[in-house]
Amino acid sequence: MKLDARIPDGPIEGKWEKRRFDLKLVNPANKRKYKVLVVGSGLAGASAAASMAELGYQVECFCFQDSPRRAHSIAAQGGINAAKNYRNDGDSVWRLFYDTVKGGDFRAREANVYRLAQLSVNIIDQAVAQGVPFAREYSGLLDNRSFGGAQVSRTFYARGQTGQQLLLGAYSALSRQIGLGTVKMFPRTEMLDVVVIDGHAKGIVVRDLLTGEIRTHKGDAVVLATGGYGNVFYLSTNAKGCNVTATWRAYKRGAGFANPCYTQIHPTCIPVSGDHQSKLTLMSESLRNDGRVWVPLKKGEKRKPIDIPDSERDYYLERKYPSFGNLAPRDIASRAAMQVCDEGRGIGDTGLGVYLDFRDSIARLGKDAIAARYGNLFHMYARITAEDPYSQPMRIFPAVHYTMGGLWVDYDLQSTIPGLFVCGEANFSDHGSNRLGASALMQGLADGYFVLPYTIGGYLAGQKATAGIIEHPEFARVAAEVTAMTKKLLDIKGTRPVDDFHKALGKIMWSKCGMARTEAGLKDAIQQITKLRAEFWRDVKVLGSESTLNQSLEKAGRVADFLEFGELMCRDALERRESCGGHFREEWQELGEAKRDDENFRHSAVWEYAGPDKTPIRNTEQLEFENVHLAVRSYK
Amino acid sequence: MKVKLHIWRQSKASTAQNFAQDGKMVVYELDNVSKDMSFLEMLDFLNDKLTREGELPVAFDHDCREGVCGSCGIVIDGIPHGPQRGTTTCQLHMRSFKDGAEIYLEPMRAKAFPVLKDLVVNRSAFDRVVQAGAFISVSTGAPKDANAILVAKDAAEKAFDAATCIGCGACVAACKNASAMLFVGAKVSHFLHLPQGQPERDRRARNLVTAMDKEGFGNCTNQNECEAVCPKEISVRVIAEMNREFVRAKLREEPPSHKRVGGDG
Ligand SMILES: Cc1cc2nc3c(=O)[nH]c(=O)nc-3n(C[C@H](O)[C@H](O)[C@H](O)COP(=O)(O)OP(=O)(O)OC[C@H]3O[C@@H](n4cnc5c(N)ncnc54)[C@H](O)[C@@H]3O)c2cc1C
Ligand code: FES
Repeated sequence: MKLDARIPDGPIEGKWEKRRFDLKLVNPANKRKYKVLVVGSGLAGASAAASMAELGYQVECFCFQDSPRRAHSIAAQGGINAAKNYRNDGDSVWRLFYDTVKGGDFRAREANVYRLAQLSVNIIDQAVAQGVPFAREYSGLLDNRSFGGAQVSRTFYARGQTGQQLLLGAYSALSRQIGLGTVKMFPRTEMLDVVVIDGHAKGIVVRDLLTGEIRTHKGDAVVLATGGYGNVFYLSTNAKGCNVTATWRAYKRGAGFANPCYTQIHPTCIPVSGDHQSKLTLMSESLRNDGRVWVPLKKGEKRKPIDIPDSERDYYLERKYPSFGNLAPRDIASRAAMQVCDEGRGIGDTGLGVYLDFRDSIARLGKDAIAARYGNLFHMYARITAEDPYSQPMRIFPAVHYTMGGLWVDYDLQSTIPGLFVCGEANFSDHGSNRLGASALMQGLADGYFVLPYTIGGYLAGQKATAGIIEHPEFARVAAEVTAMTKKLLDIKGTRPVDDFHKALGKIMWSKCGMARTEAGLKDAIQQITKLRAEFWRDVKVLGSESTLNQSLEKAGRVADFLEFGELMCRDALERRESCGGHFREEWQELGEAKRDDENFRHSAVWEYAGPDKTPIRNTEQLEFENVHLAVRSYK
Repeated sequence: MKVKLHIWRQSKASTAQNFAQDGKMVVYELDNVSKDMSFLEMLDFLNDKLTREGELPVAFDHDCREGVCGSCGIVIDGIPHGPQRGTTTCQLHMRSFKDGAEIYLEPMRAKAFPVLKDLVVNRSAFDRVVQAGAFISVSTGAPKDANAILVAKDAAEKAFDAATCIGCGACVAACKNASAMLFVGAKVSHFLHLPQGQPERDRRARNLVTAMDKEGFGNCTNQNECEAVCPKEISVRVIAEMNREFVRAKLREEPPSHKRVGGDG
């Protein structure tokens, strides 16, 4: 597998400008002769589809929900970063770049991250022009808050529903194009394969989720904006439908999968309450602006939190990381929570929890000010737990939240399959081994509004336009494979429902490939997953038919992919014999902090599919740090 | 706890308006339900049991399960999203019900929302209304610095209160006229309060109302049921705003004779 990141030459500040100048252009009159298929309608997909249609391309866009507005991006709460320096607190493109490279524990490509920081400012301009109701000050100017891993206030927000408002902005731009007839939207449609002809992506195979029809769509390029794979753990903060199917099937057609083991465990989620639990709910990182994290000093403390005096509380983040305090980055805050729980100082019935306490900020600012900032989150918390966070601290615990790994892409967001582009959480590009808060929205929108619409033109300019009118036996062949897999799932007629397998996989992943990983644990996990997968194909029970709305069948396909993907994740974690960011190998630590091995692992691992039941091939892309010097990441 | 569920089962998408023939209520008894389960987790639990017993699981829409995507929406005991105010179906918990409760689950019925299967309905009419004009016509890359547009804090708050709509359709399902005025009003109100929304104000009001009528949503007769069931507690204020906007736009409409004829020459 050839991995050429195609990073433009020259100083980092000028790379993107240079690339934009060097890219071949498609003449405006010719653009409508090209058809682009965009899979996904989240921030990345909706913004890409709308922007490309505005430029004049024919666009088809797909999502599995009943409306593009329901993509998982809608659930993002806390905010979006931009290096506007409106606070005059010393922020700059350079600082956002630096924070993101360091936050990612030096495992991201510098050039991409720099471009992301540059584009961050345009996103806010774009969103405001669309009518996104960001929080304002009395002056009418935009307000900001702080997020983890940064010492400046650069996060823009719309109460606790920033993702919702940004997605509705992108959805409105997309809707405008749908109304104009330049984008054709296919909701309730799931992509199940990519069609590659003569080495180039030329189409996709989808299943209409209402009629069950398996169809091919043909185009001149394919964009995957299908989100992250956190649901491989079964329990995560992701929406129930989030999956790895689109990217996994592209991988099996030749797209390299980079760093699958880089997953983010978010420190502040509502703890698990029982076996029936179907998902975990995030309590936004923004709460750490005003909430203080603590556990009792004493093991097995039985008193109510309000009865425990300050002298018997351990505000462990403030104690261990005085310069960042409660705003320590996510990987660090999650591990610190796990440590205090391991010491027996965890709270709640299960001992798997810590407090997030607003007592002091309510005393300082008043209840109303806190309600204005976080009202909807407090409301959500109260609904789920039946406890009032205004009068007693929240109970929180780490949970799987985001996946930094994804399909490998070059500087132009093109995968190892020419013509197959990947944006948003589905790609691996900008966050290294740990993502900083409020950076995913920024990345998805930078990719979709400002990168892809340019770079895809560079690719298309070198291709003969087909407008999706191509005849090739490969389309029917791939469609037949998809149909066969669908039938196979229904024909097993075993005894166990799909969720049974998904839950079992989740347990393996969480215990062996979650917060802390070891050589022995990962090897064991690979064996267990292989067994579980065989069991699945022997005993899964999917009722109903393939020619109607069949939610069990949809789930079965996704879980089948997770069962293969989980193994690759463990393999990646096993081979990365160092700790970095969210990837914590117990064998590599120093005083409880992650210990990187830059000499041997300063690279991205890019996995190449070798065929069914063959061990995949591990390729690497070496990472160079010319602008931010490699250093031990410290937030003390 | 124990519950007795009466669930609407329908295997094929509705065609006629006379939905009563398309499916039927089926009773399921479910034991060992935990009060900490969410309502949808209770349905997961039921579906697990049904699947094991060889009966088709109940289809229902859901995704985020935290009250923001607008996918879910079951009419529970006659109320869209159930008994708890300001709460989506996915955020409702079984602790809101008594042990032994009998619970009725039906799809969100309306002429513009045909039932697809069991509790799943087709709400694509909402998307088409939005496509008719619930946007600001700005293309990527054009805008100037964000802080060049000042938005008074109050105005931003009002816009936000309307923009918080999740498009679940409960307002339509609750209304005896199946009116979509709360949904469409929320769109109008969102842009109305922002300076960015002003240039297209008239056009937007006209186009949205026309699209809404075309989809077969009914008229508003001020029953206010929509506000009562809205999980985001959007106020009927937005309906009044929309009516005003529509009248204003009508009054300002250019007479047809001003329209250019004969092409651009
Ligand atoms: C609870 C929560 C809170 C968050 N808060 C923040 C925050 O405050 N700030 C921040 O920066 N980030 C936040 N994030 C992360 C951020 O929301 C996501 O990373 C980001 O929104 C992903 O956007 P996306 O466009 O890449 O994918 P998504 O929004 O996940 O969209 C994926 C799209 O792909 C479609 N799709 C997927 N598979 C298929 C298929 N096989 N066929 C057809 N269509 C398919 C889906 O229908 C959907 O339209 C949060 C995440 C969570 C879970
Ligand atoms: S599932 Fe998203 S709002 Fe209920």
